[in-house]
Amino acid sequence: MSPAEQSQKKRSARNGWLLSAPALTLLFIAASGPLLIVLVYSFLTPGQYGNVIWKFSLDGWTGILFTRDIFDGTTNLADAHLTIFWRSVKLSLMTTALTFALGFPTAWFIATRPPTQRAMWLFLITIPFWTNLLIRTFAINEVIRNEGLMNTVLIGIGLISEPIRLINTDTAVFIGMAYVYLPLMVLPLFAAIDRFDMKLLEAGYDLYASRMQVLRHVILPIVKPGIVAGSILVFVPSLGAYVTPRVLGGGKNMMIGNFIELQFGQGRNWPLGAALSMALLLIVMAALLVYVRASTKGSNPHG
Amino acid sequence: MTQKVAITAQNVVKAFGQGAAAVRALDNVSVEIAAGEFFTLLGPSGCGKTTLLRLIAGFEMPTAGTILIDGADVTEKPPNHRPVNTVFQSYALFPHLTVAENIGFGLKMQGRPKAEVAATTAEMLELVKLEQMADRKTSQLSGGQQQRVALARALAPRPKVLLLDEPLSALDLKLRKEMQVELKRLQTETGITFVFVTHDQEEALTMSDRIAVMSAGKIQQIGAPRDIYTRPVNRFVASFIGETNFLPVDPSPHGARLSTGDVIAADGDGTVLIVRPEQLRLGPAGVGAGLAAKVTGVVYFGTDIHVNLMLADGTALTARVPSPVDGGADFATGQDVAVTFQPGAARLIRE
Amino acid sequence: MAERSFEVSRLPGFATIAIAVFVLLYLPIATLVVFSFNSGPSIAVWQGWSLHWYSDAWNNEAVKGATFRSLIIATAASAIATTVATMAALGTTRRAAFGGQTFIYVVINQPLMVPEIVTAVALLILFGVIKQATGYQGLAYLIIAHAAFCTPFAYLPIRARLEGMDLSLETAASDLYANPWQTFRHVTLPLLAPGIAAGAMLAFVISLDDVVITEFVKSGGQDTLPTYMLGQMRRAITPEVNAISTALLGLTIVLLTLFFILTRKKN
Repeated sequence: MSPAEQSQKKRSARNGWLLSAPALTLLFIAASGPLLIVLVYSFLTPGQYGNVIWKFSLDGWTGILFTRDIFDGTTNLADAHLTIFWRSVKLSLMTTALTFALGFPTAWFIATRPPTQRAMWLFLITIPFWTNLLIRTFAINEVIRNEGLMNTVLIGIGLISEPIRLINTDTAVFIGMAYVYLPLMVLPLFAAIDRFDMKLLEAGYDLYASRMQVLRHVILPIVKPGIVAGSILVFVPSLGAYVTPRVLGGGKNMMIGNFIELQFGQGRNWPLGAALSMALLLIVMAALLVYVRASTKGSNPHG
Repeated sequence: MTQKVAITAQNVVKAFGQGAAAVRALDNVSVEIAAGEFFTLLGPSGCGKTTLLRLIAGFEMPTAGTILIDGADVTEKPPNHRPVNTVFQSYALFPHLTVAENIGFGLKMQGRPKAEVAATTAEMLELVKLEQMADRKTSQLSGGQQQRVALARALAPRPKVLLLDEPLSALDLKLRKEMQVELKRLQTETGITFVFVTHDQEEALTMSDRIAVMSAGKIQQIGAPRDIYTRPVNRFVASFIGETNFLPVDPSPHGARLSTGDVIAADGDGTVLIVRPEQLRLGPAGVGAGLAAKVTGVVYFGTDIHVNLMLADGTALTARVPSPVDGGADFATGQDVAVTFQPGAARLIRE
Repeated sequence: MAERSFEVSRLPGFATIAIAVFVLLYLPIATLVVFSFNSGPSIAVWQGWSLHWYSDAWNNEAVKGATFRSLIIATAASAIATTVATMAALGTTRRAAFGGQTFIYVVINQPLMVPEIVTAVALLILFGVIKQATGYQGLAYLIIAHAAFCTPFAYLPIRARLEGMDLSLETAASDLYANPWQTFRHVTLPLLAPGIAAGAMLAFVISLDDVVITEFVKSGGQDTLPTYMLGQMRRAITPEVNAISTALLGLTIVLLTLFFILTRKKN
């Protein structure tokens, strides 16, 4: 490389950094940097009225799974915590499964519309995608609550005499999350199906495959990167959900997000809250890693 | 050369990538282009012709070597400080500007007075016959019209050298022929040096004053179109420009000895004998002189036919002879024929 | 009915499910909108048309304050986010790959990967310390927090626009004697403008919609519309919340429509 080429390259890299510096600073102050503080706080001792005492302790991390009996000092598995974790994981997996079952046909339907209609159908999915999550949670709440539209209508036509009590149950949280996160599943699926070459279907049918065999052996393997992307996009926010379980689950049907908030509120155990946040972050990072690996594998045609 | 030199490239090397993975797009290239010349860089894709053009324009910097424009060293000057303009393969017309604004862009950037910009723009619009399109957006133009805007835009600042990067490749055949004539006219009218990059040998042969044939980052041969066609210096040039028959030969005092034992008179020196298909004559077998050959196939091409032949030693040849309907003889597969060369047609080249 | 021709892309039951999904997706939103016009206090029993929940909301000082605050924060945050995102997009596209490019990309997109509740907790701790140290309790905390998580939303469409932009246009400008600043001013910026506008709109919508981070970062009396609405959930729900939601929904749809018009490819 000649000196001129080298200095040109150096200048280009330096300009790249300089132009990115304001964004990096902003994000370091108000996004990435604070995460380090949370990490530090997870190793401190809780203060009596919230906040922390600057004394090293592992109680925040052990507190995720164990409780210490205040009277005899023995350590036991924290059943209440495990229930919350199990509920979070279970509801998130169920939400992912349901949104896929509903989202795949929807994405397929949109992708196979004539080009003139496609933009309209896509826009119809995009509106809920960008609509305030709280508003959508409200909307589903108004339909499924005890005095809500669903029960009013069902009682009105005489199908049931007592309202179906869904609010403040896991089922309500499940329905709510599936409702609010469905567009997150449909959009990446659509993107994958949109790239799918429909000529491959003709080839499949030409080689004696039935419709279901084509779906199973041709379509699903090829759009797999989209399926993985959609599943991650639904699973990750489901696991960290805060608004939906708070509005539809009530105080009892907490998920991890609400449990974290509790530690910073009435629980007054900031180190435990911090450790829980870090644990949640680790799980999410692991899920993203799975995604990255699956999507790089997906780009290999022989994979 | 008695003429003034417009562009000099001295020992130019351009490597992409680093270390063992580095690829030499240009490998020690030296060339002089005379002022007022229509000079063509011809070669297959990846031969380095576009890289050389981009180095002259200043879009890339050479790894080694120097580039002079009009005698001044511009090797490290950015493109906006070089008196050359480029017609891009994709045209690169600014979509947010009108035709006139596109043409006046260079002058405006140079800070020329508004009146001058307007006058030159009008002049250029006239030169490329687009007066009516001045206020259109470039996206509303046809491919041929966009091509002419790109030309006018590059000519407007009156560059010392105009660089053209495969400018006709996006046009259909008929338009391409028209533009070839148009380009030649513009070059003669303006007297500007044109450096033209193409992979199309016909385009190069019909338009250029001189051609540099490039391959694998090196210039293989520089010369007038006629020289290049009739006296190629090596197998690459001979095969890239036109069709050629290659016959391995041994040197002989009277010319070249084929492996069949026949001796053929030939100029040049080397171990390969070349002859163009249209320079072969076919006659009845066993009558007079000629190489004995068997017809292995006949392909009809309209104005003429290509006769595929095989010599006694298995060497394949192709002859191009007039079509039977135009008075030529007809040939059938399996027929024995005698092949003769037109006088002076055979040449010896090195591998 | 028998198929007249064999439609390769048809899969049994898919269209039915899709239509059902669209109905289920819009039914709750439609209910929400319709009952915002209910004259009675119920959000399930229709009692006739009325606009009085809108005027109630409009005359509610708390709602007015929250609206005003939401708009200030969204405007300031999207302005900051769009500016830094535009610069970063210019810095990370269309140049030879340089060391650390992936790092920059990951940092900028980090808010998309970290659960909101985690960021919210982190900011609660950090800003709590700063609030105590400086005594400043103003809106700046919310604006900075919003600007940070809006940045990737502004960055992505701007970057996409830049990447789709023909590099030879800037090469052509420099060939035509434009210096780097002239090239930016006369070629890059005008061509990038729709991308910047689109990015700004997304950032604005994202800021306007945020609940979780705002809920944790806000000081007393700093409710935005979404946190005000979340607070109302604890009390009896009246169609006033529906009216606010409907207004917010309308604003989102207008901005999104503009976004789509701006990002739609020509031809």
